[in-house]
Amino acid sequence: MSVLQEMSPNVKHMRQLEYAVLAKKAILIREELKQGVRKPYKDVIDVCWGDPHRAGIKPLSFVRQVLAACLYPQLVNSDKLPVDVRQRAQRLLQECCGGSVGSYTATRGIPEIVQRISEFITRRDGGAPSPSENIYISPGSQWALTNMLKILVNSEASTRTGVLTPVPCHSTTTLSLEGLGAVIVPYYLSERQGWELQVEELQRALESAKGVCNPVALYVINPGNPSGHIQSRKSMQEVIRFVSEKRLFLLADEVYQECVYGENSEFVSYKRVLAEMGPPLSDTVELASFHSASKGYMGECGLRGGYVELVNLDPAVMIYIYKIFSKDSCAPVLGQMALDLMVNPPQPGDPSYPLYDLEKQHIRTALVHNVKKALAVLNSLPGFCCQPVEAGIFVFPRIHLPPKAIQKAKEVGLKPDTFYCSRLLEEAGVMVTPGCEYGQKEGTFHIRFCIMTPEDIMEELLKRLSSFHTQFMEDFS
Amino acid sequence: MLMFAKGNEGGNFTPVQKGGAFTSKSPSKSRSKSPPNPAQCAQDKNRETRALSSLSATRRGLPKEKMSENGVVSRAKVLTIDTMNPTVKKVEYAVRGPIVQRAVELERELSEGMKKPFAEVIKANIGDAHAMGQQPITFFRQVLALCSYPELLNDTTFPEDAKSRARRILQSCGGNSMGSYTASQGIDSVRQDVARYIERRDGGVPCDPDDIYLTTGASDGIVTMLKLLMCGEGADCTGVMISIPQYPLYSAALAELGAVQINYYLNEENCWSMDISELHRALDEAREYCNPRALCVINPGNPTGQVQSRQCIEDVIRFAAKERLLLMADEVYQDNVYADGCQFHSFKKVLFEMGPEYSDTVELVSFHSTSKCYMGECGFRGGYMEIINMDEEVKAQLSKLVSVRLCPPVPGQALMDLVVNPPQPGEPSYAKFIKERTATLSALAEKATLTEQVLNTVKGISCNPVQGAMYSFPSITIPEKAIKEAMDIGQQPDMFYCMRLLEETGICLVPGSGFGQKDGTYHFRMTILPPKDKLQILLNKVKEFHEKFTDDFIASNQNAPGLKGQEFLRRQSHTGLQQLKSPDSSLAHQWNEVMRSHSISCSSAGPALSG
Repeated sequence: MSVLQEMSPNVKHMRQLEYAVLAKKAILIREELKQGVRKPYKDVIDVCWGDPHRAGIKPLSFVRQVLAACLYPQLVNSDKLPVDVRQRAQRLLQECCGGSVGSYTATRGIPEIVQRISEFITRRDGGAPSPSENIYISPGSQWALTNMLKILVNSEASTRTGVLTPVPCHSTTTLSLEGLGAVIVPYYLSERQGWELQVEELQRALESAKGVCNPVALYVINPGNPSGHIQSRKSMQEVIRFVSEKRLFLLADEVYQECVYGENSEFVSYKRVLAEMGPPLSDTVELASFHSASKGYMGECGLRGGYVELVNLDPAVMIYIYKIFSKDSCAPVLGQMALDLMVNPPQPGDPSYPLYDLEKQHIRTALVHNVKKALAVLNSLPGFCCQPVEAGIFVFPRIHLPPKAIQKAKEVGLKPDTFYCSRLLEEAGVMVTPGCEYGQKEGTFHIRFCIMTPEDIMEELLKRLSSFHTQFMEDFS
Repeated sequence: MLMFAKGNEGGNFTPVQKGGAFTSKSPSKSRSKSPPNPAQCAQDKNRETRALSSLSATRRGLPKEKMSENGVVSRAKVLTIDTMNPTVKKVEYAVRGPIVQRAVELERELSEGMKKPFAEVIKANIGDAHAMGQQPITFFRQVLALCSYPELLNDTTFPEDAKSRARRILQSCGGNSMGSYTASQGIDSVRQDVARYIERRDGGVPCDPDDIYLTTGASDGIVTMLKLLMCGEGADCTGVMISIPQYPLYSAALAELGAVQINYYLNEENCWSMDISELHRALDEAREYCNPRALCVINPGNPTGQVQSRQCIEDVIRFAAKERLLLMADEVYQDNVYADGCQFHSFKKVLFEMGPEYSDTVELVSFHSTSKCYMGECGFRGGYMEIINMDEEVKAQLSKLVSVRLCPPVPGQALMDLVVNPPQPGEPSYAKFIKERTATLSALAEKATLTEQVLNTVKGISCNPVQGAMYSFPSITIPEKAIKEAMDIGQQPDMFYCMRLLEETGICLVPGSGFGQKDGTYHFRMTILPPKDKLQILLNKVKEFHEKFTDDFIASNQNAPGLKGQEFLRRQSHTGLQQLKSPDSSLAHQWNEVMRSHSISCSSAGPALSG
C-alpha cells in the first residue's frame, strides 16, 4: 500500500484542467499526422496559451544576441554581434557574481537589474518613487504571486482565507489558490459592458463571502486575461477606494501592460493611480503589482522572468517576504536579464535600434491586424459574439451552443465548451481552450485563444475555425 | 470613516520614501515617534533606509491605528505579523540569512571607500562555484548560446557537435524557441535523456521517462514533494525526518507547510554517519505527536560532506520499507566525491540490487540539479526528480501541482539535457569537455583535503574529512565568556562567532545553528570553492581569527569591552536581529531585548572592571 495514499487535501482539491483532455488528444493527433494518417489539415495550430513563440512569433534578435553573449562570453570580444549588444552583455556579466550567468544572485535579483526595474517603474508611473527594496524578481510573475499568497492565506485558521477573484480569470492563479487552500470568491466581470469591472459586483461578491471565509485580498488582472479589457483610471480609483474601505490587500496582475491597442485605451498602473490619489490612500493601501518578461513583445515565457513590486507593506512583514523568496534561492539569471532588456530596450541611435524597432513594430502590427481580423470573423459567425478587445493577447468570444450540442456533450461526459474545443481540435486541427477553464456565467459558453501569432497563421486559424463552426452548427441544429 | 484625497492627475506628489512604503509627511507623524533609536547616533545614515534590516521594521513602532492631523482614523495594515499565515513566521533560511545581508552591506561599505580591516569580502557561505571563479564547461555554454541565438548555427567557429545538440534541443521546443513554455513536467526529449543517463549510472536499472519531472532547481522538486505529503492535523499531521545538521531548505519548507520536523542526528564522531538506531529513536519519539511519512537523506552530505556507504544506504532502505516511509534522496552532489575509498551509490541502484521485495515497494524520490558537481551552474535553476514506485493517482496529483509553476526555465532544462548527455568519445568537443571536467573535480578534491588539513591544525577546531559535496562543517570550541556574551545579546554563540569573523576578516561563513547541531556544540559551514590560493589565505585567516577570538575571551575577563566592543554590538543589532529568539517572537519584544542587552553590556563595563 502506498505511503502516499493520503495526499495533501489542498492538492486533491485542485481542479483538473480541461486543457489536459485536449493536450492528450493533441498528442495522438500529432502522432497520427507524423505517421501519415490523412486529416483535413497538415498541422495542429496550438493557441491555447499566451505563448507567442510557440504560436510562431520570432524572438527579438537584440534580446537573444545579448543572452547568447552572456552565455558564451567569447562572443563579447568577437565581431559577430553588434557593438551595443556586446557592451550590454559585458555590463550584465560584470553584474553577475564571478562574471557568470551560472552564479546565484541576491534573493531579490541582481541588484543593478532590480535598480533598473525600479527606474523603469518610476518613469512609467510619472515619477512615483519605486524603492528597489520593494521589488522581487522571481521565476515568472506567477511564482511571485504564489509566494504572496503563501503569506496572505492563513493555513491554520479555522475560517479559510478568501481572495476575490475575477470571472473569467486565467487558470494558473485559480489553481494556485486552490493548492493553498484558499477560498476563491468570484466576482463577475460584465461581459455586456466589454468585461468591465464593476464595484457593485465587488460589493456583492464580498457580501457573498460572509460566513463562508475571511476575505483578505482582491485580485485584479489588468489588462484582462482572458477578457482583453483594460480598466479606466476611474474604475481603478473605485477599486482602490473599495479595497481601502473593505480592508483588502490588492493584488494587481499587470503582465499585459505592454499590449494595449484599443483606440483611446491606455495602460495606467495601479501603483500610479494609487500614488496620484494622494494620502491617506497612497500611504495605506497595500498593493502587489506583477509584471513579466513572458508577455508583451518579448514573449520570453520559457526564460521564467517576472517580478513583483510591493507597495505600503508593513516592514515587519517584509522580513518574512524576504525569507520566503530566499528559500527559492533566486530567479533564473537569464530570466532576470530578459527583464532588464525589457525595461531597457535599445534606444534610437544605438546600432541595434533599427532592427529592434522593426521587429517590435512587426509583432505589433500583426497583433493589431489579428485582433481586428479575429473580431470581424468571429462576430460574423452565427452563434459567436465577441466583445471589443482593447489589450492583452487573447480573444474570449461567447458561443451560443445549440441544445443538441449541449446534449451530445453530456452524453460523452464533457462540458459543452470543452466538447466544442475537442471537436475543433479533431476536425480542424485548431487547439483553443474552453471558457469553463476560466469561469463564466452559468449557462454561457466561451472559447479563448491567443492572438499574438504571425498574421498568416491567424488567417489560417480563422479560416479553419469558420468552416468548422459552420459545419458544427449545421450538425447540431 | 475614511477620507479620500482627490486624485492628483499630474502625479506631482512628493512622497518621502522609507522602508517599503509611500510615506507622506502629514498623516503619519505618529510613525516617527518610535522607541529610542540607537541608530540615530549611527554614522551611517544610509543604513537607516535599508528596508530589510529588522531594525527599520521596529524603529517606526508600527501603530495599529493612527490618527492623522485632522482627527480622521486611518487604517492599520491588512497584512501584519498577526494576520499573515502563521506558518511563515517559522521560516528561516540561514544560507541567505542576516550574516549574508551584513556581508553585502560590508561590500557596499568597502566600495564606498570605508576603511575595514580587510580589502574584500570572501563569501564562503554558499555553494556557488562560478561566483568563486570556477569556469563553466565550454561545450555547455556553446550549445546554450546557439539555442539562444540560432543565427550562430551558421558560424564556423562553433564545433559541429555543439550545433547538432543545439538543433536537437530547439526542435523539441515549441516554435523552435527556448522562449516557449514547455510541458509542466519538462521537455519530453530531455526527460528521455535523463532516463537514459540514470540507466547508465545505475548499471542498467530501468528508468521510465514518465517518472522524470524537470524542476526549477532541485529545491523546487523537494518542496513539491513535501507539499504533496502534507495532510492531517494534530497527532495525524505529516512528520518528515530530516538529518541534523541539515540543509535549511528542508526546515524552511516544512515550517512553511506546517509539517512536523523530525530530527535525526548524524554521528559526528563517526564522520557524520547515519545510525539506524538513531533513526529508530527519532521515529519512535515522533510517533507520539505526529504521523511520520517521509525520510530525507542528503548524500553526499550538505553541510557535512560525508559520503554514505553502500551498506548504510541498504540499512536506510530497509528502515524506510519497514516503517513505511517515503524516501527522499537529495543526490545533487553525486559527482562530488573526493575521499579515497568513497564512492557515490544512488539510492535507486541500491534499492534495485536489494531485490523485488524492496524494489517493487519502497517509494523513492531522487533529486538532482545543474547547480553542483562539476557544472556549478546555479543561475540556470535546472534540476530533475525521479519518482519510483509511485501510484498513478500520485502522479495525477503531482501533475496538477507542477502545473501551477507553468514550466521550469527552458535554458535550465536544456542545460540538464547536456549534463546527462555530454560529448561522447569521438565527438569534436569530447577531449576539451573531459579536460575541463577533470580539472574542476580534481581541484575540488585538492581543496577538500587542504581545508580539512588546515582546520585540524587549529586548536579548538575539529573537522571531519570532506569526503564529498562542497563544504566542511567543523566543530568549534567557543569560550564560555563568548557564549555568555552572545546569549546576552540574544544570539546563537556560533552566529556571534561568525558575525565577528565577518566584521574582522571579511570572511562570510554560515553558523552551524542555521543547519542544526547537537545542543552545546558549535560549528560553521565553509565552502571549499574559493580558488586554491585564496582558500589557503582564507583558512589561515580563520585560523588566526579563531586563536585571537579564543585568547580574547579567555584572557579578557579583566577588560571592559571597550569602544571596539560597543561598535561591534551596535552593528550586531543591525543585522543579527533575525536570529533572536524570544518567547512571543514579536519584533518589538526582540528590539527591547537588544536594547536591554546593549545597555547592560555598556553599563556593566564598570562593575566588570572591579570584578
